[in-house]
Amino acid sequence: MYHIISIRDFERSDLDYLLDRAGEFDTGKYRPQALDDKLVALLFFEPSTRTRMSFATAMARLGGRSIGVDSVEASSIVKGETLADTIRVVSSYVDAIVLRHPKEGAARLASEFASVPVINAGDGAGQHPSQTLLDLYTIRQSMPIDGTDVGLLGDLRYGRTAHSLALALSLYGVTLHTIAPGGLEMPANITLELRERGMEVIEHANVEEAIRELDVLYVTRIQRERFPDSASYYNVASSYRITPDLFAGVRDHLMILHPLPRAGEIDPAVDQTPYARYFEQARNGVPVRMALLHEVMK
Amino acid sequence: MTRKDPSGGLIISPIRNGTVIDHITAGEALNVLRILGITGSTRECLSIATNVRSKRMGRKDVVKIENRELRTEEVDRIALLAPQAKINIIRDYRVVEKKGVEIPEILKGVVRCPNPGCITNTNEPVESTFEVLPKGLHCLYCDWLVKDDIANHII
Repeated sequence: MYHIISIRDFERSDLDYLLDRAGEFDTGKYRPQALDDKLVALLFFEPSTRTRMSFATAMARLGGRSIGVDSVEASSIVKGETLADTIRVVSSYVDAIVLRHPKEGAARLASEFASVPVINAGDGAGQHPSQTLLDLYTIRQSMPIDGTDVGLLGDLRYGRTAHSLALALSLYGVTLHTIAPGGLEMPANITLELRERGMEVIEHANVEEAIRELDVLYVTRIQRERFPDSASYYNVASSYRITPDLFAGVRDHLMILHPLPRAGEIDPAVDQTPYARYFEQARNGVPVRMALLHEVMK
Repeated sequence: MTRKDPSGGLIISPIRNGTVIDHITAGEALNVLRILGITGSTRECLSIATNVRSKRMGRKDVVKIENRELRTEEVDRIALLAPQAKINIIRDYRVVEKKGVEIPEILKGVVRCPNPGCITNTNEPVESTFEVLPKGLHCLYCDWLVKDDIANHII
């Protein structure tokens, strides 16, 4: 049985294969009713808009159906049921489970109790492999990933998308440039792991210093709840705001990516520039998740 | 249980049946007992010697537990704190088995994950599971790395 739990479980060839498959789904090279006899459970115990809807859309595009839980309040978890029991029961109803859960390692646990494939759609501050795949897919649409300079900007301490993406990029000979506010730097053990994987990691004090060296700038949300008060949040957030005047002298093919939702890190005026690729990135969630759903249920 | 040796050293009497844990890293004897679940309220008859002179180690701790033979999973736990420890199983005053301790590749249910957000720190029916790496213990559920103060995380 094939589970999609953590980017750590993937080798370069696995990622390339899934990205190739996503490309085929993106260009219509698939049987429209490929999963017409399949049912997927979307178990979302944390809020989500894009991830949940793009999995549902992907399933519908393949002719399959989805059922689900939208919140802890609407599930038996409030009655004290364990995730393990929920997964055992739901496994008997469906052909695959897509899980988002606030606890780290929840998807790994689910895969141990499930009798059907489990896809991790985000577990707390842990992994979010389908997001990473769509990030890679978006970069690869414009340039080969190998050897690029990728900047990660924002909350690199708690941001799960940044950690997953950095680990995946370490398989592609990418040079990583990290730009984070004080206290939100990439955890030392992750930086160490990246360097052990042979990745060059360069830390920058601000985005102005790094942006002209980059092929990709991946911006993440600076979470307000990490700051003691609004003033200190706005102080930090304003210094990490991407505005069009930063683009003087940047590489022509620079891509600005963001997993969305954004909360002021990117000025809406950037949307009109050729560098803005985050809405395209969000759109790519559908073919990438079609590839994942098809792969685990084919 | 202990008496002063005429030559000036401190000796612990031999035990008839049970386990002698020798060559424990000096200062770790009480943590070893904690790992074994031996507290003031347990019934085992214990002898503990700490900071005993040792030719090989300089200083070492020794623990003798009467009428209890350690199981393999208990020995695994000791290896985390005292990798040089030697386990002697005693029957009728004779050493019937002597073994070193080995840190296993995977530790299941031995160490609590320090990450409060880890799924193993909930009411789920799973044991914590760590992969033993040269740089520390890696939680196979949440990817947390335990580098320091492992004794305090032992269940």
